[in-house]
Amino acid sequence: MSDIKIINFMAMRKIAGAMSIALVLGALVSLAVNQLQFGLDFTGGTLIEVGYEQAPSLVDVRLQLQGAGFDDAVVQNFGSEKDILVRLGQTFNDQVGEQVLSALQSAASSQVELRRSEYVGAQVGEELTEQGGMGLLLALAIVMIYVALRFQVKFSVGAVVALAHDVLIVLGIFSIFKLDFDLTVLAAILAVIGYSLNDTIVVSDRIRENFRKVRKGTTIEIINESLTQTLGRTLVTSITTILVLVALLIFGGELIHGFALALIIGVLVGTYSSIYVAANVLLLLGISKEDLIIPPKEEVIEGEGFEEGEGFEQDLEQP
Amino acid sequence: MLNRYPLWKSLLILVGLALGGLYALPNLYPDDLAIQISGARSATVIDEQVLNGAVDALSQADINTKGVELTAKNVLIRVTDSETQLHAKAVLSDAMGEGYVTALNLAPTTPDWLTNLGAGPMKLGLDLRGGVHFLLEVDMVQAVSQRLDVYVSEVKALLRTEKLRYRAVTREADGSLRIKFMDAQVRDDARSKLKSDYGEFLMSAEDTDSAAYLLISLNESTVREIEDYAVNQNLTTLRNRVNELGVAEPLVQRQGRNRIVVQLPGVQDTAAAKRILGATANLEFRLEAKPGASRVTTEEFTFRSNPDRTAMLEKDLIISGTSVSNAQSNFDENGMPQVNIDLDSQGGKLMNRVTRNAVKRRMAVVFVEHKSRTRMVEVEGKLVEQRIPYVEKSIISLATIQTALGNSFRITGLDGAGEASELALLLRAGSLAAPIYFVEERTVGPSLGQENIDLGLTSVQIGLALVVIFMLAFYSVFGIIANVALAFNLLLVAAVMSLLGFTLSLPGIAGVVLTVGMAVDANVLIFSRIKEELRAGMAPQSAIHAGYERAFTTIFDANITTLLVAVILYAVGTGPVKGFAVTLSIGIITSMFTAIMVSRAMVNGVYGGKKLTDIKIWPLFMGAGK
Repeated sequence: MSDIKIINFMAMRKIAGAMSIALVLGALVSLAVNQLQFGLDFTGGTLIEVGYEQAPSLVDVRLQLQGAGFDDAVVQNFGSEKDILVRLGQTFNDQVGEQVLSALQSAASSQVELRRSEYVGAQVGEELTEQGGMGLLLALAIVMIYVALRFQVKFSVGAVVALAHDVLIVLGIFSIFKLDFDLTVLAAILAVIGYSLNDTIVVSDRIRENFRKVRKGTTIEIINESLTQTLGRTLVTSITTILVLVALLIFGGELIHGFALALIIGVLVGTYSSIYVAANVLLLLGISKEDLIIPPKEEVIEGEGFEEGEGFEQDLEQP
Repeated sequence: MLNRYPLWKSLLILVGLALGGLYALPNLYPDDLAIQISGARSATVIDEQVLNGAVDALSQADINTKGVELTAKNVLIRVTDSETQLHAKAVLSDAMGEGYVTALNLAPTTPDWLTNLGAGPMKLGLDLRGGVHFLLEVDMVQAVSQRLDVYVSEVKALLRTEKLRYRAVTREADGSLRIKFMDAQVRDDARSKLKSDYGEFLMSAEDTDSAAYLLISLNESTVREIEDYAVNQNLTTLRNRVNELGVAEPLVQRQGRNRIVVQLPGVQDTAAAKRILGATANLEFRLEAKPGASRVTTEEFTFRSNPDRTAMLEKDLIISGTSVSNAQSNFDENGMPQVNIDLDSQGGKLMNRVTRNAVKRRMAVVFVEHKSRTRMVEVEGKLVEQRIPYVEKSIISLATIQTALGNSFRITGLDGAGEASELALLLRAGSLAAPIYFVEERTVGPSLGQENIDLGLTSVQIGLALVVIFMLAFYSVFGIIANVALAFNLLLVAAVMSLLGFTLSLPGIAGVVLTVGMAVDANVLIFSRIKEELRAGMAPQSAIHAGYERAFTTIFDANITTLLVAVILYAVGTGPVKGFAVTLSIGIITSMFTAIMVSRAMVNGVYGGKKLTDIKIWPLFMGAGK
């Protein structure tokens, strides 16, 4: 185990690149055609969740609601067969929650309990969509600036392309499968940005270090070596994160379902993108040793053949 | 020596963790069910007498209490079960009467020594404890427009006293005033007079062949001021109304420029809550029209108590309800019901100016309700929600002016004490500075709240167990160290949340779960670095040292960027997103401390200063050694 074989990740880079492009294009097409199934938070409208003692038939519930004048009601199970979610596109009036409840209660054989009701005005939803979009763009911009300052512009392009890649694919999957996109999913997408970035930075950090340290080898070889060195950590962190997210998906309840799902997809895509997308972009931009040139003073230190280690820097800094 | 912490550093870490444990501790004490008694008005004194009254009432009804306590603003009575709680509330609201509000509450059981240290349990969000959340929007156009209504009367009065003859004062669609004069000379005189009296006017002149016009609008800072005033005034009114609802820990807060958030934990009857909160009413004081007055200057109103009865009132109003600072019903010298009304100074001045010339005439109080119908309208093929506001005005009182009125006056001749207190209530509650609309409403049932807590706890536990097992299997002794660090991290998150008074919500729990997964990352980075150095042939002690040193920048960069994203989430997000961002941010910051410092201290404790040939950092399933 003392010598880990360097994996030639970059041999697959053209295939990976093609796959990423295909996935992103697919996501974009789906977003254009299917669009996102925006939840109540964004569209506005009314939502009522009721709990029955015995599982009712959805058809009956629909008929009962139609009988009460709610023609556009969408009825579905929520979590369990006993819980029913009713969505109303219609505008809100003061008593709609009670009206729906009493319509269902009068027809039901057992007790019906109001578990949750939500009304969001269309304008509030619109503002939220705007805020959410702004938040995403702001997050990307700030991250780009930070990475450019800490690393180098080419790394920040790589990081942001990787982030956009991850976000678009997660959005695309939500759009393809017509999954509900609500406020918690938006939070998850932003968390994906954080997570994917975390991964990309760790890899970039190692690439930078190796560019400065390793004398021989082509750019591709150095990137391969860096990716191999960080692979163990990338996998372990992804596994622990996925473990807790699966726990959240299974045991966290229906309200948190979309959140956990979006994060799981995001972590999977983010792990892949930190290996292939960011490095690929770096190669495309022609990253080289010169981009990471170390300030001359330190160059001299290395040129004189000192090993890295504690204690030396202090001596050398004396005039 | 390598891998030994100086004593002070170890002590510092211990103190940090001990403090974390201390401030997280209150969360372990379960809340008591309780009934809270507070005054219906903020002036009501809550003292021993109130407490004793409540205790007597309960002992008469044979209800056992777990404890009673008196705080600055309320009496808290703890009971053992929810059935007793409901029973006791019913008994107490009967016994205490209308001057007091009784509400169901949860009382923390934090021991005194912890409370004295400023420790307390985490607050739970509405999604975890059940309740209602409302988002109300204040109608700013109306707020400004109402103020202009008052200006119209003032300007007219001023021009009349100055003998400056005007033809008409009209309101433009954009909210400005247009005054028509006979000639430009009078207009300019009026302009300079108004300029000296009203600094907040922006005025411009306009000449046509037949007439001279003066256009008046309000400057930006005055508009802002009116808006701020409207929102703040509404906040106060809403707080008073919420108080009358009897909710244990309500939240009434401004959000953004024109919105108000109202959160009522534990309230299930949304209809009642909305009826009281949403009574978007205002008042207008107007003189009754003189008999035979021109139709142009008068308007007909119906009575609120009797829609068949009507009266003709002047179109100009004297003051609006925003000038009413207080109204109370009581009895006059002869034992007849009356309502005492206090006005603010500006209102008093205006009232005096009008009424001194109107003694023996009658003055009406008009109750103005702003209501709205919403309907869906198709615009460019899309269904768009459209709110159509409309106003309902009715007379609640028409009384003869006996003498010139000032800041304080009274309305007498009322039909009974009931009518008097109703009028006083309307006068008080009616002082909403601008109409408000419900733009968002969320209700969470109590059973769902408890279910959310259970689900959240279960997923945290299972997620934690999975990570702990995985880390142990993958890093053996170092895995145990990482796990202990992780446990400390959770402890610190709980401590910081409790100490800083953040609210825990379901997305917040999701943030904690995510932190559990991500917090081990720092340790994973360090451990892989150590392994790498070991493989490269470095001695174990140096490898540990180098691993911690070299992983630091990576950990720092990676966490700072995630933290940046979390901060943005907090800034742009509302409600659930904010809750998630808070726990995520706290989790990231505390994980830097636990994963780097605390784990290092443990590693030093286990391995530091010893001669080592090998350390247990390899996966269990691969056996020991390299």
